[in-house]
Amino acid sequence: MKNEIKDFPDALAKEAITLAHGSGGKFSAELIERCMLPRFGNEHLNRLEDQAILAMGSGRIAFSTDSYVVSPLFFPGGDIGELAVNGTVNDVAMAGARPLYLSLALILEEGLPFADLERILDSIKRAADEAGVVIVTGDTKVVERGSCDKIFINTSGIGIVADHVRLGADQIQAGDKIIISGTLADHGMTILTARHQLSLENAVQSDTAPLADLVQTMLAAAPNLHALRDPTRGGVAMTLNEFAQQTGLGFNLREEALPVNNAVRCVCEILGIDPLYVANEGKLIGVVSPDEADSLLAAMQGHPRGEKAAIIGTVGKENPGLVTLTTTLGASRVVDMPVAEQLPRIC
Amino acid sequence: MKYLTEFRDPAPAKALLTGIHSTVTRPWTLMEVCGGQTHAIVRSGLDQLLPASLHLVHGPGCPVCVTPISFIDKAINLAGRPEIILTTFGDMMRVPGSAGNLLDAKGQGADVRMVYSVLEAVSLAQDNPQQQIVFFGVGFETTAPGNAMAILQAQRLGLENFTILACHVLVPPALRALLDNPANKVDGYLAAGHVCTVMGLAEYQDIVDHYKVPIIATGLEPVDILAGILAAVNQLERGESRLENEYKRSVTATGNLQARETIDQVFRRCDRTWRGIGLLPRSGLAIRPQFAAFDAEQKFQPRAAPETDNGCLAGQVLQGLLKPPDCPFFGTRCKPEHPFGAPMVSGEGACAAYYRYQGLRSG
Repeated sequence: MKNEIKDFPDALAKEAITLAHGSGGKFSAELIERCMLPRFGNEHLNRLEDQAILAMGSGRIAFSTDSYVVSPLFFPGGDIGELAVNGTVNDVAMAGARPLYLSLALILEEGLPFADLERILDSIKRAADEAGVVIVTGDTKVVERGSCDKIFINTSGIGIVADHVRLGADQIQAGDKIIISGTLADHGMTILTARHQLSLENAVQSDTAPLADLVQTMLAAAPNLHALRDPTRGGVAMTLNEFAQQTGLGFNLREEALPVNNAVRCVCEILGIDPLYVANEGKLIGVVSPDEADSLLAAMQGHPRGEKAAIIGTVGKENPGLVTLTTTLGASRVVDMPVAEQLPRIC
Repeated sequence: MKYLTEFRDPAPAKALLTGIHSTVTRPWTLMEVCGGQTHAIVRSGLDQLLPASLHLVHGPGCPVCVTPISFIDKAINLAGRPEIILTTFGDMMRVPGSAGNLLDAKGQGADVRMVYSVLEAVSLAQDNPQQQIVFFGVGFETTAPGNAMAILQAQRLGLENFTILACHVLVPPALRALLDNPANKVDGYLAAGHVCTVMGLAEYQDIVDHYKVPIIATGLEPVDILAGILAAVNQLERGESRLENEYKRSVTATGNLQARETIDQVFRRCDRTWRGIGLLPRSGLAIRPQFAAFDAEQKFQPRAAPETDNGCLAGQVLQGLLKPPDCPFFGTRCKPEHPFGAPMVSGEGACAAYYRYQGLRSG
């Protein structure tokens, strides 16, 4: 009997995360040995030091950080782990960088089932492998039940930008073409439908994906690529409004050119939501000089992450600082900066 | 999906536009009654393509806009009570009450949850037997059947913790009020296709007979709206005033009988104050006494400050008397990020529609 009682907390701790796993003691060490090292082990991580020491080659360093708090944790097309890798990898890649290293910090809510944690860690491993990044340092904290929503993840990423690559809003010029790497709004509408039991869950899938390799393909095809950005929160409308405000140029979209999956379009219509304002997690917007636009488009369409790439508009001097859209009927309207999250309408 | 592409197709739209241009010889003013139509018009830029002498003004058909401030206050009052979870459609979250909105209340600890269907609120009641679930039921004849069904379902399930704070309004009494206003200059009306889908056309025939104005039951896609406009100007140019149905794929003379019966079973007609417009007799739906157990107003007696007036001109906008860009507050004191009145908030509000889509012309 005594043995059983003594073993009881151990047994419990095998099923779900307890505060002990964040104590820095035996359970913490066990968590690292059981969950982290077998998946992520590498020369940097295996040292088990407080930091990673990284030798960087030539070029400039691109550095980015992001935190992930998505609910639900698992959704059609991905989960929070995949998102946490791809999101940061993509932010680094938008500088034209090759992402190399990632940090991984987890904040776990007491009671999180180990099965969920391990499933998320497996996704992180898979996504990191696909993106070609190595997790070199990490941290885990456990907070009391109710202090966070199951699991929050922060990742920071480092990549190298080749010397000749200069991407940024300041490179954009009037006459440039606007290219998107695929369909709009897949991720945001997936999360929305999964959260609200709309029974449309299987119709739409998150697009979460690493874009670093696509970026390298794009740079090879179009040395005069001017800017890249991934239209995550606030969607394409937000990203282009940022460009418009930074450059003082007008960004004009053609409504009929915007690629949207049929199922996503339907869900957007049902809820009264404009796909231009919905988050993407595996798409990028490129701005390129017009003479390279066609070859860039062809190169993107030949890459698995850009098969549905499309030229969606043009940068010009008209309507400075604004994003406009030419409707299918030939009228034109403003695509305003989103105020807050879109709220579905009543009827 | 078929309907989406078919009724946004530029080819039939252009043919209808040509028809409208060749028909119109004089200035006419048409009102699209439904806020969804307003948004479709400005979103597709239809109004830019019409003859200059044809004016579109926007009607009262935005449920968020016409919900009185006192009901927002009641919703906030209920949401602040510890035993209550207030559920609402997203649109209502940012509508200003007399002091703050539901989003503010949520930020200060009230349990306010956005739902996409009233049935989500019913499920929440099943899953949380210790909590009282109140659904903020606003809207026209379109949302009333669903809310009535939810009450019937809650009754079938024996739920004692589900109620609706009901503030339904009806289109025909509002149309009559507009037509009775001597300042009204509208020549013809595009009736709200979805409301007609539920209610049928009889109420509109009565209005046409009494006021001698053309009313066209009109859908919500660009091609539908253009067809409605063409039918209206055809009548006006010939001096006719008839009821026409240009939304035949959805609207029948009798409407959806089952939905109408469900509404009648649960709701009764009542006088209702419309935000910005005022009290309109028999223009609302209230929950019948036999369903009092599902009526949040009767069960919880929520408090509200007396109706206040902050000077917002929304009432004039909702009656087609003022175009949003002509309002002195438009884009200055009143923007979507700090709305002065409800039409700047809602996805169907005329002010928000103009602000969002027409910065080109107002700016």
